[in-house]
Amino acid sequence: MIIELGHYALVLALATAIVLSVLPVIGARRGDAALMSVATTGTMAQFALVVFSFGVLAYAYLVSDFSVNNVWQNSHSLMPTVYRFAAVWGNHEGSMMLWLLILSLFSMMVAYFGGNLPARLKANVLAVQGWIASAFMLFILLTSNPFARLTPVPAEGQDLNPILQDAGLAVHPPLLYLGYVGFSVCFSFAIAALLDGRIDAAWARWVRPWTLAAWTFLTAGIAMGSYWAYYELGWGGWWFWDPVENASFMPWLAGTALLHSALVMEKREALKIWTVLLAILTFSLSLLGTFLVRSGVLTSVHAFATDPSRGIFILGILTIFIGGALTLFAIRAPLLKAGGLFAPISREGALVLNNLILTVSAATVLIGTLYPLLLETLTGDKISVGAPFFNLTFGLLMSPLLVAVPFGPLLAWKRGDLLGAMQRLYVAAGLALMLALGLYYVENGGPVLAVFGLAAGLFVIFGSLTDLWYRAGFNKLSFAIAMRRLAGLPRSAFGTALAHMGLGVTVLGIVAVTTFETETVVEMKPGMTAEAGGYTLTFDGLRQAAGPNYTEDRGHFMLRKGEVDKGEVWSSKRLYTARRMPTTEAGIRSFGMSQLYVSLGDPMGDGGIVVRIWWKPYILLIWFGALIMMAGGFVSLSDRRLRVGAPRRAKAVAAPALEAAE
Amino acid sequence: MIRRLFLLLALLVAASPALAVNPDEILADPALEARARAISAQLRCLVCQNQSIDDSNAELARDLRLIVRQRIVGGDSDEAVINYVVSRYGEFVLLKPRLSMKTVALWGMPAILLLVGLIAAISYARGTGRPAPQKLTSEEEARLDKLIGD
Repeated sequence: MIIELGHYALVLALATAIVLSVLPVIGARRGDAALMSVATTGTMAQFALVVFSFGVLAYAYLVSDFSVNNVWQNSHSLMPTVYRFAAVWGNHEGSMMLWLLILSLFSMMVAYFGGNLPARLKANVLAVQGWIASAFMLFILLTSNPFARLTPVPAEGQDLNPILQDAGLAVHPPLLYLGYVGFSVCFSFAIAALLDGRIDAAWARWVRPWTLAAWTFLTAGIAMGSYWAYYELGWGGWWFWDPVENASFMPWLAGTALLHSALVMEKREALKIWTVLLAILTFSLSLLGTFLVRSGVLTSVHAFATDPSRGIFILGILTIFIGGALTLFAIRAPLLKAGGLFAPISREGALVLNNLILTVSAATVLIGTLYPLLLETLTGDKISVGAPFFNLTFGLLMSPLLVAVPFGPLLAWKRGDLLGAMQRLYVAAGLALMLALGLYYVENGGPVLAVFGLAAGLFVIFGSLTDLWYRAGFNKLSFAIAMRRLAGLPRSAFGTALAHMGLGVTVLGIVAVTTFETETVVEMKPGMTAEAGGYTLTFDGLRQAAGPNYTEDRGHFMLRKGEVDKGEVWSSKRLYTARRMPTTEAGIRSFGMSQLYVSLGDPMGDGGIVVRIWWKPYILLIWFGALIMMAGGFVSLSDRRLRVGAPRRAKAVAAPALEAAE
Repeated sequence: MIRRLFLLLALLVAASPALAVNPDEILADPALEARARAISAQLRCLVCQNQSIDDSNAELARDLRLIVRQRIVGGDSDEAVINYVVSRYGEFVLLKPRLSMKTVALWGMPAILLLVGLIAAISYARGTGRPAPQKLTSEEEARLDKLIGD
């Protein structure tokens, strides 16, 4: 009964969303406040209904109600509670429910925090959110109903794909969707502005916090997914340029560009049309990502939960929303007045360069991901586009951007002083190069090109510190005054510095681990030793163990560095009983930012077992950098000028001396 | 459908428990082995999705890795090894496709987009950077004169 209630709530939510999609738009046209207010109430009602519906599904999973087909297919009563809950979105139907839940959540937040928005803009934004929600609810109800029942009721579920039985499943999809779907708000703002035919700096100010929030979550989601793949898949890779990864990476690239162009628009009223287009493109890439993953058009490492028959429906959604938005853009954009004059060498100029490189990178990833598909459809020829292609093209595109990042914040708006910025970055560049050479020497080599990669990462880190240094005035004021000014800097300044620093840290980690990692593949018998990264591993033998729904062979390794005991590592191979599916659980030990990664291979006939040992120097910097970027996002989001619901700047912040520096 | 997919996945994994490069494959000469690894990373495992033969645990990937090593030991250059594998398995095996009529759009597009974007940005900067000085209308002139005059 409760299951049917959940199903029914979803139908009601669809009805609400359809009303929400129509009435407020008419209200905004006619200037009818009553009709426009439907937007807020409708959004709240829709949110409540979707939460209820999602809650029912989650309940079915938690109590292992195998009369529900979806639960039966993807759960098992022996699974730990946290996985039973996370299993809700570990499949196609459930993940679409999560998508919808988060979409409704964002709509609700716009309705709740958007009290300061002009009524027409708010009504239009919420209505556009309603369009998206309607489309996805139709999709769920017509093609992917998670509430379908089974008779007779099976006694036991079929278990969740073992690769997904991990804490990562509980965290990664929600974070990723908070990012993905968060960009829907930017999209809706763009469409609302186009419908209204009016757009100004205030619009950019309202859009920026949503962009920032979505971007921060997407950063978290991608980093989390990367770390999950790293430790779960057992071959030590952390980024595969897999189509599914690309699907989340493209909106991130476009979203990063949007974040920067919205800044130009807010401060200088320039790049209006471009910002609107970028807002549309970013969410279009999110939709495309959903399509790529959910339609099964590209089967990949993430090949679970795919079904080509649904592809047509999502393709329809894609065509209507992207095509419709771009058509509206083509009609309305010429009406928007361009504004804001600036010289090429200026903060704006630097941000345009940022946008150019980021969007071309996003386009490159898009082309590389879709090209094999298109070529095969058009000519029947099959080619592959994989990591070597993306590493080359993406690397070439990113290198100039990394060099440019520290310059951006140091250039003034309107007309910047490149020579001045160079003089200020002299120390950062010198330090970066020296440290890079030092690191290269200590780690004994690799390709010489790596020095430049390391230096680029370090340059971005030191560059962001340089920015804070000069903003606070450490160069000309006494230390105490500069410290006080540093504390008084707007939080967005720290946000920028942190986000850029995080990028530098991630780049440093990527270059370092790619250049300096070592791999040892050996057959080991109990008592044998192997070396990696200066550590000696002694294999202690295999032990049998059993978990709630799997059995495993656990390999035990003792660690030493020289004569010093450094503890132990367990690495295991599991067999999940319900699906008879084996997985590898790598043994990972962190030493500072570096990791020792031990993965078990096949048992050999003579009692030995193949062991793969990687020494991954500085690898944690990759995700640590992402954490710093996220911290930058949150700090910036907490800036009072951007805080949702605080449109007017408080007078106290506007210390003239600091404002001039921006 | 989903179940069949899982089954397939399970079978694939179960049928080939070997994980990537095994000790018995590794060449004695580290220089040759390094070349083999570099080449392997460029070649696609044909039965997997988006995995190089260097990462893959499939039986076919192992066969390919052995072929690569045989050719290297036999004295082939990297180029010759790759040509040999392509001649047997087609262009599909290359993770970084070669520049050809088929792939010219793939390789050319980033450069073209960058160029177009650069031109657009420059023309935008030029257009806005040198604003046409707007002449005041005669009414405004008159008002200005009046204001200054006062």
